Amino acid sequence: MSVFRRISEALLAGVVLAAAPALGETAAPERVVSLNVCTDQLAMLVAGEGQLVSISRLTRDPAYSAMADEALAYPVNQGRAEEIYLLAPDLVLSGSFSSLATTEMLRRLGIAVEVFPPANSFADVAGQIRRMGEILGRETVAEKIAIRFDQDLDELRADRASGPRAAFYGAGGWTSGSRTLDGEALSAAGFSNVAEEAGLSDGGMLPLELLALLEPDLVITGGDDGPGFSRRQEIMSHPILARIRAAGRDAGLPGADRVCGTPHILRAVRRLAELRRGLEAR
Amino acid sequence: MSRVTAALAGLVVLLFLVSLSIGPAGIGPLTSLNALFLGSDGPLALVMREIRLPRALLAVLVGGGLGLSGAALQGYLRNPLAEPGLIGVSATAAFGAVLALQTGLAAAYALALPAFALAFAAAGVVLVLLLAGPRGGSVTLILAGIAVSSLAGALTALVLNLSPNPFAANEIVFWMMGSLADRSMRHVWLAAPFIAAGALPLLLARRGLDALTLGEDAAEAMGIRLGRLRLALVVGVAGIVGAATAVAGTIGFVGLVVPHVLRPLTGARPSRLLPASALGGAALVLAADIAVRVVLPGEDLKLGVVTALIGAPVFLRLILMTRAEGAP
Repeated sequence: MSVFRRISEALLAGVVLAAAPALGETAAPERVVSLNVCTDQLAMLVAGEGQLVSISRLTRDPAYSAMADEALAYPVNQGRAEEIYLLAPDLVLSGSFSSLATTEMLRRLGIAVEVFPPANSFADVAGQIRRMGEILGRETVAEKIAIRFDQDLDELRADRASGPRAAFYGAGGWTSGSRTLDGEALSAAGFSNVAEEAGLSDGGMLPLELLALLEPDLVITGGDDGPGFSRRQEIMSHPILARIRAAGRDAGLPGADRVCGTPHILRAVRRLAELRRGLEAR
Repeated sequence: MSRVTAALAGLVVLLFLVSLSIGPAGIGPLTSLNALFLGSDGPLALVMREIRLPRALLAVLVGGGLGLSGAALQGYLRNPLAEPGLIGVSATAAFGAVLALQTGLAAAYALALPAFALAFAAAGVVLVLLLAGPRGGSVTLILAGIAVSSLAGALTALVLNLSPNPFAANEIVFWMMGSLADRSMRHVWLAAPFIAAGALPLLLARRGLDALTLGEDAAEAMGIRLGRLRLALVVGVAGIVGAATAVAGTIGFVGLVVPHVLRPLTGARPSRLLPASALGGAALVLAADIAVRVVLPGEDLKLGVVTALIGAPVFLRLILMTRAEGAP
C-alpha cells in the first residue's frame, strides 16, 4: 500500500514539475514565497509589484546578502513548511541546499516548488536571471537585467587572466577553484588562481602547508566570518596567515556579494580589479 | 632505564621523525628535517616550524599525558577499565573548553581555555570518584562514566547548537573525536605547562600506587596517606586531560590500550607502568596521527576515530576478561 502511494506521489511530483513551466506561460504566479538567500535576491530583482510576498530571514543580514536594505521591504519567513503553507503561496522558490524535507512536504501539499542550484559561473548568473523571469512571467525585465549584466561584465573584464597569483582562503582552509563563481570573478579581474596550481579546479580544502609553500601574491579572505567562535575559523589566525597579513599580502572581500549568482558579483570583480592594479603598481 | 622503557623511547623518537616528514606538501624527509633544524626563514622552514613541529609535539604531549593518566587512574581504582575518555573526564574537559571558546573568554584571556578545561576535568574526576566510590566495581565505574560523559556531551552539543556561528554546530565531531590538524605552537605553549604540571604529581605518586596494589589497609600501614594520593590523582589527571582536550579534543582509548599492552611487560607494577605508559601513549598518538594523514590525506580524518578503532576491541576483551574472573 505505502509503496504504491509513494510511487504515485513520485509520479505526481513529476507531473507537477513538468507542468510548472507550462503553467508559467499562461498565468504568472501571484503569491511567491522564497526560502533561500539567493532565490530571494533574484526574485527581488525580477518580481513585479506585490508578487513576492515573503523572503528568508537571512536576506536581511548584510553578512550574507548583498540586498539587505531592499530586503527590509519584504516580510520574512523562517523556512518552515507550516508557516510557508499558511502564507498560501502559488509558487515557492528554493535553493538546492534548502531542507529537502521542507520542499518535499510543500510539494505533497500541492504547492509548486522551483529549485535553483547554486550558480557556479557567470553564465549561470545570466541563466538564472532569465529562468527567474520565465517562472515569474517577467521575461522582459529579466532579459534587460541579464543583458545589462553581460555588458557590465564585458566592460570590467581584464584583457588577460594571467596577472598576479591569488588564492581564496576561508574557514576550514577552503579555497575556490576556477570552476566556481569566485574563481570566474578572480580571473575576470585579471588574477591567476593559485587553487589551479594545487589541482583544485572545483575548489576544496587547501592544506595550510600548501598555501605556505605556494606563496600567493594575494590571499583573499572574508565571506565566512560569522559571529561567535568556531574552530574552522581558528585557522585564519594561524601564524602562517598572520605572516601573510603582516606582509600585506592579504585582502578581505565581502562574502555577501559573491555568495549568490546575482549581478552583485560584479561588485566583487570591481574590488578584485582594484586590488590587482594596486599589486601591479607596487 | 629498563629495556622496555628504552625500546619505547626509541619508538617515540622514530615516530616523531616520521610524523615530521609527512604532510600534503610531499617534501622528502631529509629536505624537511634539514629545513626544520637548519633552514632560514624560507617557506619550507616556516611549514616545518609552524605546522608540522607543533603537530608532532602535541601528539607526544597529548598521547604521553593520556597514557600516563590512564595508568594512574587504573592503579588508583585498581580497575583496568578506568580511562579518562571512558569515565567521562575528557567529556567534561571538552565541555569546559567549549564554554571558554563560545563565551569569548578564551579570546580575551588565552589561559581561560586550559583553565576552564582543567576545572571541568577536575569536576569530572571528583564526580566519578564520588559516584563509583573507592571500591566501586567495574560496572559502577563504567556506568558512572557513561552518566558523566552523556551529560557533558549533551551540554557541549547544546552550547555549540546555541552558538550564533554557522560552523559551530559541525564542531561537535571535533570535540568528540579529536584532531591535531592545523594546530600551532601557540597551542603547544598553552598545553605543555599544564600537562607537565599534571604529570608531576602522578609520577610522584608511583610509590603510593605500588603500595595500593596490596590493598588500602596495607598501603596505610606502609605510611601512604590515601587522601593525599587521591588529591594527587585528581590534580594530575585534571591538568593533563584538561589541557590535552582543550587543544586536541577528546582522543579516547589511549589510556586504556597502552597500559593494557604494557602491563605484562612491566611486571604489573604501577611505578614501572606509569612512565612506560606515558611513552607508549605518545607512540600510539603519533602513529594514529600519521595514519590519519596517510590513509585519507585530503580529509580531516579525526584522530579519535583511529584510536577508537584500535581501542574498542581491546575494551571488549577487557570486559570479557573481568567477567571471566567473576569480578563485580
